[in-house]
Amino acid sequence: MTPSTGSELIRLDASELAAKLAAGEVSSVEATQAHLDRIAAIDGDIHAFLHLNAAALETAAAIDTQRAAGETLSPLAGVPIAIKDVLCTLDMPSTAGSRILEGWIPPYDATVVARLRTAGLIPLGKTNMDEFAMGSSTEHSAYGNTHNPWDLTRIPGGSGGGSAAAVSSFEAPLALGSDTGGSIRQPAAVTGSVGMKPTYGGVSRYGAIALASSLDQVGPVTRTVLDAGLLHDVIGGHDPRDSTSIPDAWPSFAEAARAGTRDGAVRGLRIGVVRELSQEGQGFQPGVLQRFHESLALLEQQGAELVDVSAPAFDYAIAAYYLILPAEASSNLAKFDSVRFGLRVTPPGGGTVEQVMAATREAGFGDEVKRRVILGTYALSAGYYDAYYGSAQKVRTLIQDDFARAFAVCDVLATPSAPTTAFKLGSKLDDPLAMYVNDLTTIPANLAGVPGISLPAGLAPEDGLPVGIQFMAPAREDARLYTVGAALEQLLVAQWGGPLLAQAPVLP
Amino acid sequence: MSEITPEVVTHLASLARIALTDDEIARLTGELATIVDSVAKVSEVATPDVVATSHPIPLGTVMRADVPGETLTADQALSGAPERDGDRFRVSAILGEEQ
Repeated sequence: MTPSTGSELIRLDASELAAKLAAGEVSSVEATQAHLDRIAAIDGDIHAFLHLNAAALETAAAIDTQRAAGETLSPLAGVPIAIKDVLCTLDMPSTAGSRILEGWIPPYDATVVARLRTAGLIPLGKTNMDEFAMGSSTEHSAYGNTHNPWDLTRIPGGSGGGSAAAVSSFEAPLALGSDTGGSIRQPAAVTGSVGMKPTYGGVSRYGAIALASSLDQVGPVTRTVLDAGLLHDVIGGHDPRDSTSIPDAWPSFAEAARAGTRDGAVRGLRIGVVRELSQEGQGFQPGVLQRFHESLALLEQQGAELVDVSAPAFDYAIAAYYLILPAEASSNLAKFDSVRFGLRVTPPGGGTVEQVMAATREAGFGDEVKRRVILGTYALSAGYYDAYYGSAQKVRTLIQDDFARAFAVCDVLATPSAPTTAFKLGSKLDDPLAMYVNDLTTIPANLAGVPGISLPAGLAPEDGLPVGIQFMAPAREDARLYTVGAALEQLLVAQWGGPLLAQAPVLP
Repeated sequence: MSEITPEVVTHLASLARIALTDDEIARLTGELATIVDSVAKVSEVATPDVVATSHPIPLGTVMRADVPGETLTADQALSGAPERDGDRFRVSAILGEEQ
């Protein structure tokens, strides 16, 4: 048997790599080294990583030793993974892309990180993101832009642009992201990768630096639907440390993905096509709609039934989101007070603790964070609370009602994952509203707490850039998304003659 | 139209404890006015008969069993502090001179 070279190892899906590790065909040290070499070779161009894990090879060697000793290991043991910098890690700085947390090393691991370590995955490092996950392009990071591997002059999506870029440029087979309004799904869409936002409460938020606590959810960023299911199985499930964590048991999502590749997997599946988010004249790029409708036609040929559904309250989702999110963020970010952790800036000549706080937050927060904290403070202030925050919460009810009506007549909902392909770096930076509108397809799922997955649907004919298709399911029905996602992925990969990422430009 | 003026932004910044510069206040006044006008459309459908939703999944607070577990040590809790004094966080004066 010929040993795999590093350039072959990095192209393997996580499930393929895991099989080779289990069979002893490759060691975790070799796999980890191959990814570290890839990062060293191309991350100067991509800038997906903010910090690398100095102990990665050591951890990999320990897994190899356990395997050699015949210990029973979990399915993804020895597989490298990248971690979004919003997640607390004991052994690496956790900045959430903010200057105010520069160099901060948390005294504990996020639960999802602890679960990765228990399962024997190898953390490669921490990935770039919009500051405190506020953004759709990763341009609001305090540590520089991340570049889209399909075109280095374009955004990798956001806020989890680093995780999506790492996975789509073969720097890591797996990554973790967090999704408050689309930060897992939209980067997946524009980089040709897979991103899953689980049901709210399905994955622990303990140790995830909070943006908007009623919307945030941690989830997998991968290159295949099966890999997302395998990773979801590792990180999901009840956590006593998160009081919003759903205590029920979950089925295996890897099994749900495998079920999707079997004959007849989507026969009789009712797919609701959301009228408000699938037609021309709603800000959608023509090539995005074309690939979206072609994907649905493929599923229809396999026996799925397309159902036209309307969700009129979705038209108010962005407005509600940009009141609820800033309101919750202004409260969550109050903890960055120059006292317990992070930056402290003392004004010239000293000052009271309040003045030190204000000087620290002025110096440590970027423009978008200041914008949203001030907006949230306004939305929550006396005299405006009912008109803004209160009304936004009512819209949330209307959106949940729309989902409930839709799921009465269909099993899953489908929309494009993002209205356009990746836009140019810098093109929307000076226009906050233009950046916000980008989230129109992903926000409803966060407001209602339902799960959503994005997977590649092809390249837009007009610019040759990746398009994502999103499926959403009722709360707690995440398994449906893995089944329909894996079914469509199999059909599309057969049509393309291989994974979409095989068509990406060669780097460096 | 919203009522975002430089005075309002200055007041909000003081509530949020951010020492904005005059340039930032001027820029944010314009940006926030645009954003607030746009998001105000929520009031079009937020009629009195609609109940508010604060949390997406109906779930009572999930409590863990009331048994002692591991907690952070004082050293761990203070490990990221900008300044410490023994087992405490050290800060500058709480009260200004006028008090």
